[in-house]
Amino acid sequence: MSIWRYANPTQFMATTGWMLPLFGVSAAAFVATGLIWGFFFTPDDFRQGSTVKIIYLHVPSALMAINAWLMMLVASLIWLVRRHHVSALAAKAAAPVGLVMTVIALLTGAIWGQPMWGTYWAWDPRLTSFLILFLFYLGYIALWQAIETQDTAADLTSILCLVGSVFALLSRYAVNFWNQGLHQGTSVPVATGGRTVSDVFFIPLAISMIGFGLLFVALVLLRTRTEIRARRLQALLAQSTAVE
Amino acid sequence: MMPDLGKYADAVLSSYAVSLLLLFGIIGLSLWRNKRVKQQLAEAEMQLSNKN
Amino acid sequence: MIALLRRDLVLAVRAGGGFGLGLAFFLILCVLVPFGVGPEPALLGRIAPGVLWVGALLACLLSLDRIFQLDFEDGTLDLLATSPLPLEAVASVKAFAHWLTTGLPLVLAAAPLGLLLNLPGAAMPWLVAGLALGTPALSVIGTFGAALTVGLKRGGLLISLLVLPLYMPTLLFGAEAARRGAEGLSPTTPLLLMAGLTAGCIAVMPFATAAALRMNLR
Repeated sequence: MSIWRYANPTQFMATTGWMLPLFGVSAAAFVATGLIWGFFFTPDDFRQGSTVKIIYLHVPSALMAINAWLMMLVASLIWLVRRHHVSALAAKAAAPVGLVMTVIALLTGAIWGQPMWGTYWAWDPRLTSFLILFLFYLGYIALWQAIETQDTAADLTSILCLVGSVFALLSRYAVNFWNQGLHQGTSVPVATGGRTVSDVFFIPLAISMIGFGLLFVALVLLRTRTEIRARRLQALLAQSTAVE
Repeated sequence: MMPDLGKYADAVLSSYAVSLLLLFGIIGLSLWRNKRVKQQLAEAEMQLSNKN
Repeated sequence: MIALLRRDLVLAVRAGGGFGLGLAFFLILCVLVPFGVGPEPALLGRIAPGVLWVGALLACLLSLDRIFQLDFEDGTLDLLATSPLPLEAVASVKAFAHWLTTGLPLVLAAAPLGLLLNLPGAAMPWLVAGLALGTPALSVIGTFGAALTVGLKRGGLLISLLVLPLYMPTLLFGAEAARRGAEGLSPTTPLLLMAGLTAGCIAVMPFATAAALRMNLR
């Protein structure tokens, strides 16, 4: 039993067929719980007032925006090394989801920034690197759309994803050097364990983060299934025109 | 039921509205495309099996 | 290799090769900016490093899609791919030719155009040094972008979307060096970082370019 079994599209379709509803339902449950809890049943922060409620959208979407790119990077590497089609299609499927997460993080951040910092946008390192991430997602999706041969498209976008990751990382640290930030450091440092958010806010936030993660997985599974079917459809059409 | 959002009501409500709209947008788009491709594939497979 | 370089240079200099086009674009951009923001010398001097850097970036972008497109269309690229010369070397030579015909003229033109934009005298050497260090990276990264889009009909627009985000770190360090120079601070740190970045790009990007070319030719 190895995960490479799922590189076989038939196997992948069979397994994800029953996993998808599971992920979908649990994602809906977690996101709804986290957001409703956060919106209705948490107190206001003594400094930020009710705007603290935006955190239940802002932090999970920002988290998933980065994780989506990481997942695409891993999937691209698998495609380049082992040439499993499911992997390439999963990377393709994840990109628009990551893009939406990036947009949500940017927009909620801007709406939050206006009352807190007095401005919608500042050229702060974190904000700027998210904008750059957004541009990378756009370029990646545009390259997928532009190339007709699917395998070539998978190859080229994978290379772009690798190179883009290196440059995204470079940009992330380059902007630190360029401008000091308004954005606070992370409130939930996983590595050090000490967090600055009290439990009242943290529990619904954690639920919401899990929910966004599940939602991402569910969407990627669904979209990968669509891509596999679309690929099969293309093959069938090519076959039928070849027969005639 | 509705919590008192104070003077920041606009900011909180609009960020929730925008995010939910975008989330439902991508979910809807994915579901719609899945359904369409599934249907097209079923049709293509039907045609192929009829021919053989 | 030398023959390939010479051939590329000759093709670029002859009519239709696009040589000089980037330079003219750079000039026009620097003339247009004062109309856009007003003629105050102090303001112009402040934004001059940024304008010159962004101008150089865009001028560099103009000629990128020519790097491989013509060779791809007439089959030269297939010949190069099957020749004993490794494709990585071809990619490096192509990038070097692009730099000689686009990057180098931009570096030379930056000083007089800086005068036009009232660039502070203290910033001038650092701007030119930054451009000299940074434009090779622009050419190498741009060659990679050109290799990605070589088979496409409308690659020109896509290439800018793909390449411009990759130019970000170079632009940032270059403009920062010139700004620090203008303010009388030491610009060595950004210049060193940029030199490292350029060296890294020159070392690594030809492999990515060659990989992309192989995928496109298959």
